Amino acid sequence: MVGILASVIDGVLVGAVYGLAAMGMTLIWGVMNVFNLAHGPIIMLGMFVLYLVATAFGLPPYAAIPATIIFGFFFGVALYWIAVHRMIGRPELMSLLSTFAVNLILIGLGTALWTTSPYNVPVEMPGVTWQGYTFTGTHIVAAALAAVIAGLLYLLLYRTRIGKAIRAVANNREAAELSGIPTTQVLSFAFGVGVALAGVSGTLIATLFPFTVLSGEIYQLKSFVVTVLGGLGNPAGALMGGIALGLVEGLATPFMPVSWIPIVEFGLFVLCLIAFPRGLFSALKR
Amino acid sequence: MWRRAFPWVIASAALLYALFPYVTNDVQLRESLLLAAVYIILASNLNLVIGYAGYVNFGNIVFFGLGGYICLYLVNDLQWPVILAALAGAAGVSALALVFGLGILRLRGAFFALATIGVNAAIAQLVTNFEPWGGATGIYLAIDAYEPLGGPMQALWTIYLLIVGLMAASLLASYAIRNSKFGLGLIAIGENENAAAVLGVPTPLYKALIYSASAFLPAMAGGLYFFKSGIIEPGGAFSLRTSIEAIVMVMLGGSGTVIGPALGAFLYEESRGYLLTAEAFSHFQLVIAGTLLLMIVTFVPGGLLGFVHRWWPRTRRWLE
Amino acid sequence: MTALLSVIGLGKKFGGLQAVQDLDLTLNEGEILGLIGPNGAGKSTVFNLINGVFPPDAGRALLEGREITGEPPYRVARYGLARAHQIVQPLLGMSVLDNCTVGACFGRENLPLHRAREVAREVAQGVGLGDRLDTLASTLTTAGKKRLELARALSARPRVLLLDEVLAGLNPTESERMVHTLRRIRESGIAILMIEHIMRAVMSLSDRIVVLNLGRKLAEGTPQEIANNPEVIAAYLGDPQRMPEAEGVE
Repeated sequence: MVGILASVIDGVLVGAVYGLAAMGMTLIWGVMNVFNLAHGPIIMLGMFVLYLVATAFGLPPYAAIPATIIFGFFFGVALYWIAVHRMIGRPELMSLLSTFAVNLILIGLGTALWTTSPYNVPVEMPGVTWQGYTFTGTHIVAAALAAVIAGLLYLLLYRTRIGKAIRAVANNREAAELSGIPTTQVLSFAFGVGVALAGVSGTLIATLFPFTVLSGEIYQLKSFVVTVLGGLGNPAGALMGGIALGLVEGLATPFMPVSWIPIVEFGLFVLCLIAFPRGLFSALKR
Repeated sequence: MWRRAFPWVIASAALLYALFPYVTNDVQLRESLLLAAVYIILASNLNLVIGYAGYVNFGNIVFFGLGGYICLYLVNDLQWPVILAALAGAAGVSALALVFGLGILRLRGAFFALATIGVNAAIAQLVTNFEPWGGATGIYLAIDAYEPLGGPMQALWTIYLLIVGLMAASLLASYAIRNSKFGLGLIAIGENENAAAVLGVPTPLYKALIYSASAFLPAMAGGLYFFKSGIIEPGGAFSLRTSIEAIVMVMLGGSGTVIGPALGAFLYEESRGYLLTAEAFSHFQLVIAGTLLLMIVTFVPGGLLGFVHRWWPRTRRWLE
Repeated sequence: MTALLSVIGLGKKFGGLQAVQDLDLTLNEGEILGLIGPNGAGKSTVFNLINGVFPPDAGRALLEGREITGEPPYRVARYGLARAHQIVQPLLGMSVLDNCTVGACFGRENLPLHRAREVAREVAQGVGLGDRLDTLASTLTTAGKKRLELARALSARPRVLLLDEVLAGLNPTESERMVHTLRRIRESGIAILMIEHIMRAVMSLSDRIVVLNLGRKLAEGTPQEIANNPEVIAAYLGDPQRMPEAEGVE
């Protein structure tokens, strides 16, 4: 029983990081109706920022977090102008393909730079022991940092002018444009934020597990699941969805072989898409 | 349909395609053409759903992979003759597609695309855990499976011909559908689904039918292809990368046309073959593919044929 | 006179808003029924309820005696009801002829492709698009697109035609032609239910008029009766934009 509880708690901790990753994706969708299929490689780049900061530059690992956020933001804005701007208003397939094109390019460059070998950045963090179970320090810190960053996002969206503009554009772009909001700038800003969130979630994940250039893909799929669970365009929902997914994984791990868990996740994903298009949580609210 | 010129052109081209490696007895050419033919099959059938009905099937590779698995299992474990096994795979996958389709085709746009990714990933995972199908290692075909076809060498030629046949069938089917009432309804759905429904097009039925139909030939091709390869494993069978490359091929050649996807597939596959062999480029294959895709989507979304149609409008009539 | 289309007790709520309530309506063979009312009265909603875009919360709709309540749009079309939308929905990537062929193929007669194309050609010519059969719908003018919307609906050879503001955005000449065309449609045996704001046209075209206000039927009668109905005038006076039109001034 305690073992299951421990597994669940650990799942929730990791889930918070999933939620953070999904928040990036859901924010972009909510604001501009674009699914960022470069999400996975961006997470991967965040992972490698940790590697560069900690191993190549020898700095304390968690210093990578602000680095990823800053670089991620500017990278995201650049990506917006390269691949997304011209796709706004065009059929959804176009933005799916353009962001996927970026996905291919990033993976290609990443493979050229780092090959597909596994990388690991050992992070020393004292764990917490309880009832004979040790919760890894990095997991706790990652969850805490995810919560903090999510809180920062909340502040951005609800306590700043730019956040208000983002929410206005997400709600009704034409009306926002008519009110004098420079919607294109808002879109590029929002995209930058979304990419920064995805990147930093990668940095956090890299403190937990080893990774390769191709690792981002799994987390992209998980982000899809979480985004759909939480309701598209709903960052709070994404965080809850991430925790829920972590919970599902935590519950499932003691009972089924690891390779079965993705089946449960994808099954849930497709089911959710069909049955609860507005997300599990808004359906439960009613 | 045989009263028009176009189908004859397709049939003759396919005949030449089939005979060329025979005449030159060039095994390497045959292999290269076979791979291109497989991609043409994937792209043409995908085009039915993307180009005609406007639904983006990101997970289209699942038909190919599942068809391959069913065929190899029937041949290896139950000693079925390969053609029958491939047909059974095709029928099974089409039936499954109909069932799944009825569920996920209720979704629009990006949601549908995501759902197809989910379905592909779920099935890939299921197969990875399915011991009777070799789990994560997959199925290895016993060498004597090729005996009924006259041994491995002869079998390779037979498979080649069969696949070229499937390729011709795919193109002819695309043409027939496009010029039928069914096709008109599908294209109306692709243009504006709500308007099509108000006009009387039975949208749920048509979507499910084309989704299911688009699974048949790729599934059969999968059976034959993996039979030829002698092995099948989950990673290669359900590769999302390949699935999306199929979309790129459709876009490159011209989504919604008959030969566009085939052209796109052929060009892409041939240039990829060249790039892969040039050692310096192998890392950058993805970068090039990605850049190409970005260029197409940004500047020429109508693909090759779209470009031609725009600058020479008369070609719209005969160059489908 | 046989009732071609009847609507009984129709109602629909959106969240807290009762968009349509307790509506009874009959459209008889060979008549043009005008559906008018101030903005937001629920007219387009009524159309959506009849042709199946969304199901009603209450009430029934019958087409030639057959129950069509809540049936999806494609089935309603197959039963013989066609619709031209206020905001036109041309199939942009297809030619004028192909657009109409879709209507002919999937409408009431469910024609095979060849025959449908012939019917489409006839109808398109009858509506004045004969010179543009092969043009892409996306390149038509606004007036052309409105004409196409009508032609497409007619190609289905329906028994009932729902027209949603087909005269909006047309200049006086085009307007006159359209009114002429609508009269010919009625003569050919198709009954028309039309939403319209251009009072002069509604008054001269309609055999009968139903006035909607805030989702409910306010009045019903001949154009004369409606024009002189104090409640109707009051409802329009309450909507300042409509006042000049209610008095018959354009």
